[in-house]
This record gives sequence, C-alpha cells and structure tokens, in this order.
Amino acid sequence: MIRMRARLLVLHVLVLTLLVVLAMRLWQVQVVRGQEFVTRATETRTRTVIVPAVRGQILDSSGRPLVRNKTALVVSVDRTRLSRMPDGGVKVLRKLSAVLDRPVAQLQQRITPCGPGIAKPCWTGSPYQPVPLDEKVGTREALQILERQEEFPGVTAEIHSVRQYPGGRAAAQMLGYLQPVTEAELEEREGLKASFSGVDLVGRDGLEYVYDEALRGKAGLRRVQVDRMGKALGVEEQTTPIPGDHLVTSIDSRVQNVVETALARAMKSAPAADGGAGVVLDARTGRVVALASAPGYDPAIWAGGISARGYQWLMSEKSGKPLVSRAINGQFAPGSTFKVSSVTSMLRAGYPLNGKYGCPGSVMVGGRAFNNFRGIPLGTLDLHMALVKSCDTIFYQAAFEQYMKDGGRNPKKTPKEVFANVARAFGFGRPTGIDLPGESSGRIPDRAWKKDLWNHTSAVNCERSRKGYPEVKDRARAEFLKRLALENCTEGFLLRPGDAANFSIGQGDVLVTPLQLARAYMALVTDGKVRSPRIGWAQVRPDGKVVKTIDVPVVGKLPLSEKERRYIKNALSQVPSDGTAAGAFAGFPMNKVRIGGKTGTAEVWGKKDTAWFASFAPTQNPQYVVVVMISQGGMGGSAAAPAAREIYEGIYGIKRPPAVPGGRLTTRLPTFAPDGTVARG
Amino acid sequence: MTGRTAAVRRPSLLQRVAGEDSAVRRFDGLMLVAVAGLCVIGTLLVWSSTRTWAPGATGLVKKHLLNQALGVVLCGIVASVDHRAMRAYAPLVFLMSLVGLGLVITPLGATINGSHSWILLGGGFAVQPSEFAKVGLLLITAMLLAQPAEGSDRPRGFDVVLALLAAALTIGLVMLQPDLGTAMVLAVIAASALIIAGVRKRWIAALTMVAGAGVFAVFYFQLLEPYQVARFTAFVDPSVDPRGVGYNSTQSLIAIGSGQLLGKGLLGGGQTTGRFVPEQHTDFIFTVAGEEFGFLGSVTVVLLLGVVLLRGLKIARQCEDRFGTLVAGTIVCWFAFQMFINVGMTIGIMPITGLPLPFVSYGGTATFANLIAVGLLQAIRVRGHSFT
Repeated sequence: MIRMRARLLVLHVLVLTLLVVLAMRLWQVQVVRGQEFVTRATETRTRTVIVPAVRGQILDSSGRPLVRNKTALVVSVDRTRLSRMPDGGVKVLRKLSAVLDRPVAQLQQRITPCGPGIAKPCWTGSPYQPVPLDEKVGTREALQILERQEEFPGVTAEIHSVRQYPGGRAAAQMLGYLQPVTEAELEEREGLKASFSGVDLVGRDGLEYVYDEALRGKAGLRRVQVDRMGKALGVEEQTTPIPGDHLVTSIDSRVQNVVETALARAMKSAPAADGGAGVVLDARTGRVVALASAPGYDPAIWAGGISARGYQWLMSEKSGKPLVSRAINGQFAPGSTFKVSSVTSMLRAGYPLNGKYGCPGSVMVGGRAFNNFRGIPLGTLDLHMALVKSCDTIFYQAAFEQYMKDGGRNPKKTPKEVFANVARAFGFGRPTGIDLPGESSGRIPDRAWKKDLWNHTSAVNCERSRKGYPEVKDRARAEFLKRLALENCTEGFLLRPGDAANFSIGQGDVLVTPLQLARAYMALVTDGKVRSPRIGWAQVRPDGKVVKTIDVPVVGKLPLSEKERRYIKNALSQVPSDGTAAGAFAGFPMNKVRIGGKTGTAEVWGKKDTAWFASFAPTQNPQYVVVVMISQGGMGGSAAAPAAREIYEGIYGIKRPPAVPGGRLTTRLPTFAPDGTVARG
Repeated sequence: MTGRTAAVRRPSLLQRVAGEDSAVRRFDGLMLVAVAGLCVIGTLLVWSSTRTWAPGATGLVKKHLLNQALGVVLCGIVASVDHRAMRAYAPLVFLMSLVGLGLVITPLGATINGSHSWILLGGGFAVQPSEFAKVGLLLITAMLLAQPAEGSDRPRGFDVVLALLAAALTIGLVMLQPDLGTAMVLAVIAASALIIAGVRKRWIAALTMVAGAGVFAVFYFQLLEPYQVARFTAFVDPSVDPRGVGYNSTQSLIAIGSGQLLGKGLLGGGQTTGRFVPEQHTDFIFTVAGEEFGFLGSVTVVLLLGVVLLRGLKIARQCEDRFGTLVAGTIVCWFAFQMFINVGMTIGIMPITGLPLPFVSYGGTATFANLIAVGLLQAIRVRGHSFT
C-alpha cells in the first residue's frame, strides 16, 4: 500500500500540473489574446450587406420625370448556395429557366463572374452577392418561386427599384445609364472594399454619371449575423440608407419631344443621313432646354445588365452608334454657320463694318481658284448682305490677306492668326464644359496644329511618297495619293493659303460640335458672353428642400462691341425671310415670332454634305437658340432649316398647341410637396 | 472494519439513508457538489448549443436531463453496493462490456455521426458500449492487480499478463469500430492501473517501448484512417487547411478566445448561435462555455473537474484496501486524461480527438459511465476506510 500511495502522490502532482496548464492556456487564449479572437469572430460571424439608397429622379424644368424609379420584382440567385449543391445548381437553374422562360445557358452565363475569357453578360459584382437574373418578372412567376422555396433553394424574388424612362428614347444619350459599380470604383470612392456587393449601381454616362454622387444618396449598411452555412440569423447593426437628391434639369420634356420628332423627320427625309443633332438653349439663362441626338435608343436596354448583342448594337457602325451623342460628340465642319466668326475676324483685322466688298464668282488663292457656291458672282455687298446671301469669296479674300500678313508660307515669329484666335474666342476648339461627360473639343486648325499633325504623320507620308500606293487599283488615284503624300511629307507642317481660305467658311479642317455652335450663337445674340451651358438646374432633396442651385458660368467674351454684335444679329435676322433659309421658312408667320439664323452646308470628302442651321428667336429679345445638324443631310437650307422650323412651330404652337405656352420658359424651380411629389401650379 | 454490517437488528431504509451513521452522510459532499455543478452547466450549454437547430428545439435538453436522472439513479445504486463485493462482479461486468463491443461490429451496430460505435435500442435511444467498456476494463484490471504476490506488494506477473490481455482485447474491439479516442482512454486506464498497482518500473519502461513500437507500426503500416492522420497534421499546424481539417481547431479557438474574461452571456455567443464549431454539444461543448461564460466560466469548469479529480485522489489515498485504491486512482486517471485531451484540443494544445468532456458533454452512455464511476468513488469512500 505504501508503494501505491507513493505513486498516487506522483499522480496528484500530475493532475495539479494538468489543471494549471489548462488554466494558464485559457488565460492566454481568452484574456491575453481575447481581443484578437473577438475581431476574428466578428469577421466569420457577420456579413455586411449593402442596402442601396433609392436613387434620385431626374426631372424636367417643371418637375416632370425624365428618369424615375419603379419598383420591380427581381429574381436573384445566390451563387454560393448553388455551387454547394452536388450538381452545381444545374437542377435549380433548369427549373428556374422553365418559370422565367429563358434558356438555361443564358441564366448560367449571367451568374458566372466576369473574368478573363468570359464574355458579357457575366456577373460584374461580388461573387458573394446574389445575382439579379430577371428584373421584369410578373407576380405569378415570383409567387411560383417564393411559395415553393424548397424547390428553388438559393433563389429569391424581391422588390427592388429599377430605373424607368417615361420619355422612352427621348434624350437617351443625355440621361445616360447605370451599371453595377466595380470593386475598384467603390474602394476609390469610399475606401470600402469590404462592402462591395455589385448590387449598387453607378451612373456610367450622361447626367447619371455627372450627378451620380447627388443622385446616389448614401447606401445603408446592414450587418447580418450568419451561421456556418451563410444563412442569415438576424440583423446585428443597421444604418438606414439616405435617399438620393432629385436632379431638376432645365430640359423641357415637351420641347425635347418636339426636337426628337423634328430630328427623326429630317433624318427620314434625307436618304443618306446617318446622324443628327438638335440643341435648344435658353438664351436668357444659358441653360439647355433640349438636347437630342439621332439615331437614338431605348435606355431600358440597360436594365438588369445589358446583353453582349445589345452592347454591340449600341456601338456598331451599322446601327449608327446610337450610344454616341452627336450633340456633344459629333464633330463636323460647320460650313457657313462659321461665318459669324469670320466676320468678327475681319472686323478685328481692321476691315470696316460699313465697308463694301466685292463678291466675285471666284478668287485666286495661292494659285488656285476658290469659288462661291456654284461659282455665282453676287456683285458688291456689305457685310450684312454677305451673311444673308452667304458670299464665300469675300471671306476667302480676307482670310488670304491675313494669311499673307502673317508671312504666308514663311510665317513671322509671332503670327497674329486673327481668324483662329477669334474662333477660339467664340468657344470653338475646346469643350463647352457642359455637365455631360466625354464632350469633344472640336478643332481649330492653326499653324501650331498643322505642325503638330505633321510631327505625327510625316513618317508615314514620307514613306508613302517613296513607295506609292500599290494596293490602290485605280492608277490615276494612286498617283494622286502619292503626290499628296509627297506634298504632306515635304511641307505638311505649313499652313497653306488654301487652308486659310477654307477655314474662313468653316470648311477644311475646322470641326465644331452642335453644342459649341449653339453656345457661340447664344453669346452673339444675347450679351456677348460665352457661357458653359448647363442641363442640371438644381439638386433637390426628396422632401423638397433645394440643396444646391447649379449656376451657368461665364467662361469668355466675344471680341465684338455691342454695335457690331447688333449688326451681325440683324443680318442673321434676315436669313430666314430673305436669305438662304427663305425656302425653308416660306409661310412661317414671321409677324408672330421672327426667327434669325444662318444655314451651313459643309463638304465632307467622300460623303454627302453636312447640313446645318443655327438660329435664334425671337430676334428682338431672343429666348431660344436652336441648332440643327444633319450629317450627310445635304443643303443646310433644305435639310436642317426645316427641322428648326418644325421645332419653332412646336414651341410657339403654330398650327398646333404650343409646347411652351406663350413661348416663355419657366424661370422658377418646380416646388415639391413635403411627401416628395411635385406640386403642379 | 467497524462491524456495522453485523448489527443484530437491521435498520430501516430511512435510518440507513438519513441516520447518523448512514452511508449518505459519509459521501464526499464536495465532489457531489462539483459533479452536480458540472451537470447543471452541461445542461445549460447543451441548451445553448442546440436551441438553434429548430425553432423551439428542446428535445435534446430534455433527453440530456433524462440521461442525467438515469445516471444519478445508477450512481446511487453503485454507491450503495460495497465495493469489495464489486470485485466479485468485475469479471461479469467485463464480459458484458466485451459482449456489447462485440455486438457493435455485428449487424446490430449502427453508425451515428460517422462513428460506428452504437447499438440502437429503439424509441430513439442508443447506447455506446465503448463507454461501459471503460468501467468494465477498470474493474477487471483492478481486480486482477489488487492481489499482491506472496510477500510482496507488487501484483503477480501472471495477473499483469491477464490484465494486459483484457486491455488488449477491449482496445482491439474498440479499434475495430474504429474509435481512436476511446481506445486511448482504455489504454490510459490499463496503464494507470498497472502503474498505481506498483508494477516494476522496468516493466513499465518495457511496456512503454512496446506501446511506442505499436504506435510506430500503426503509422508505418498505415492502419489509421486518413482523417485521423490529418487531425494530427492539423494539430501541428492548423493553418495547413483552415477550411478543412484545421477548421475545427481554428473555429474553436475563435469561439473560446472571443469569450474574453467575462464571456458573452448564456445564449449570447454568436459563434455558438452560428454553429461555427462542429459537434458543439458533444466533443466541443467546452467552446460554448468559453464563449458564453468567458475565462471565469471556463476556468470554473476546469476547477470543478479539478475538485472531482483531487477528491477522487483523496479517496484513493484514504482507501485501506488495494482494490478500492486501484479503482479510485484509475478513475481519476481516466477523468484527468479525458478532461485534458478534451479541453486541450479546444484550446489548441492537444490534437483533435473524439472524446466528450466528462459530465458536461451531451451523450447518454457517457453520462451513465461517468456517474457510475462517481458512484464507485463514493462507494469506496463510504466503506474504504474507518472514519474514526
């Protein structure tokens, strides 16, 4: 027994040791490192779910929605749960495809996360977020899924808010579209990579892009407690989302519709037309009343993720790239509409305002004959009639003279370049700064631009001048191209006399966008100040409180005295009644509202002419500036001016009810009732 | 001995239970309080860890309470039997446990939760004969080794061989299931009985070498299931496969560690509610204690177990006959081993082994076996030595 007792004593020590070891280790794990495990526990136990805020609406100037939200039943699929099923969820998808009436392969593609070699429509969001599959399900389909959850594990039908466009195709490019936010964007925006879900949308173009931050609101976060299988057990923490602000724009949806219709008709009546734009500005404020581009598209195509074919269609040459807004991205030679700038250039170069100028059928510039339209001589004209009759040779002559003053082919060190500099003062050659993304800047080709171009192209031209164009079949044409390449190779850096002459009538390398032209005319017929047009007017909270009024900044001034401006305006006021647009405006009640404007017909090599009409009304105290451009439309007077006439008829209600009663645009923001509805006065 | 049993007039049951010199009054009250405390804590933890299985799920808690009640009855019966008389029953108990183990590997055996160690009794009840085998083996070894050789206080060599054979037979049957954890407990029971009984140190050294060679052979000839090897690998480095084998150790550490000093309160443990730790009502129940009761709670559980062990050791030391001392000492070793492995694996200092925490884990047969062992300890205390 003594031996046993001795061994029990050893056992006693051993047991005490084990107890102490356990207690010490517990102290280490729970007290010393406790906080570390608390953090890890929170990571494993909770999932953060983003509750998207209701996006603000985009409204027109009297509060009519251009973009609003509608609630829709959205069917979503939890990829993680499907992938845990033995068959990878194929059975569930097959059942779902029967309910939704969509091919299984399509559903499968939609839930596959995007990656290298995976084409759209793949899932761009977080792999842990349920993927919305169908945003247009009916109540019947949703009930089928919800009532038989055991047959559709991992599939939910929930009410989401979806963008809706009451105007259909109208102003689609201007409004823009939404797409799921990418992980990188979210991190950049909020430093919240962890809360990336892929469910929240971000404006990708148009107003939706520019005013994204205001429209978006602030998403709420919901920290959901989950179990080992990822099943939600309850809400641990919640911050409610703050709905986004509404964007009130200066767009008048009735005028917008008038412009869309006129543009569509103009496109239809010009068989070769491949694109068009219509811009209506409020001359008194510098705000945009309507901005249209043809061909258009229905923005509903973006809802619920665009398909590969849909996206290709939006970007393809064949469909006319309906995604591209011609109003801000269409860059075309402005033709005679540009002469307002050239007249100003002449005045600044010292030509007298009341002088008389010969308008021969053609003039020799740098050894080449430059003709009037159809070579018709118009006699001796003052500048007023030069604009009304759209004489070319007066401007050729003046531009050539200024070119020679700058040194011609051997330019002075600091050439004055009056024509180019005045054009820039009109706002050409740089973006207008309108509140839309990706605006084009147009082009004002001066000596520096030529040199820059030559730096980029001389290598190719010089090689071509040696090797020729063996791939061109027509021998005469190949020979011509070879000579052209040689000329460009040896002296392509020089502004040639012909370049200067073409510039003066808005031809050659000059490019402007319809919006640039509209704002130049707006400056000319109002106060001479060049403005950066705005579509957004105010950001308004859903309860009606105005958060911010968006101002129209003045960014420049025309180099014209008031007298000179009035002189040019008066000349333009005569064009629709007696000038190049007289045909288009025949029978228009000018006594009721007098229209001023200028036609433009710009030659495009290898294509039909670009038709322009830049106009304003009423001529006394202009309220509207309207610019219409039809690419490959033909003559400005016959292709563009009739569309402008139709727009004015719509606005003022000639032969139909007016879009803007009295022709007066509203000057007050719409008011909102406290419940967020627009109070109609 | 006191000769109470030789009293002329047999006392009434009430007198025997509550009388001044009744056995009940000689029970080790402190140990019983500790065991009762562990049982109550165990019930709470089982409730906390199983309530989320289904809305209003109380089935397992009710069964657990029933098991405990049955266990208390068994404990009382065993405690009331003179442990010396138990020596006579030892071979019978051992044989019965062998039969039970044998039945498991016949078609009567059933697999529950991946371990083929059950016999279904119907009505939703099942027994795990390997738990009873612990009692059977400790009784037979104590019986064999209690009789010292002539003129010595060491057991006879023949008895040692018999004890080793009994142990080998039991362990062999358990390994056929296979249940590595229980086999290890059985080995510990046999080894501790040999050591306490006073077997020569060189014999023990030799046996240790044989056992070492056996373990080597097991690994060398790949007799273990791959998952068992994987558990050891994961113990060495849990980060090897945090989603697979290392998952258990990682998750149980997270659950226990996040309890910190005071715990998150009963039913307040998010890891428990989310069922991140598998088997959290049985083998990993200590994680629930760690998360919901914190360091104070988990150390209390360890301390209560420590009370049982230390009181058990005291009973062993005070017992005046070799059999009682052996049985008590062996029970202490069994509980100590099982506690250390079970708690140790949840806090990352022991490999993961499928062993329940005595008195706390859910499990009917284990509860019965544990409470029977407590009954044995009490019986030994009551009659093992004079209280004068």
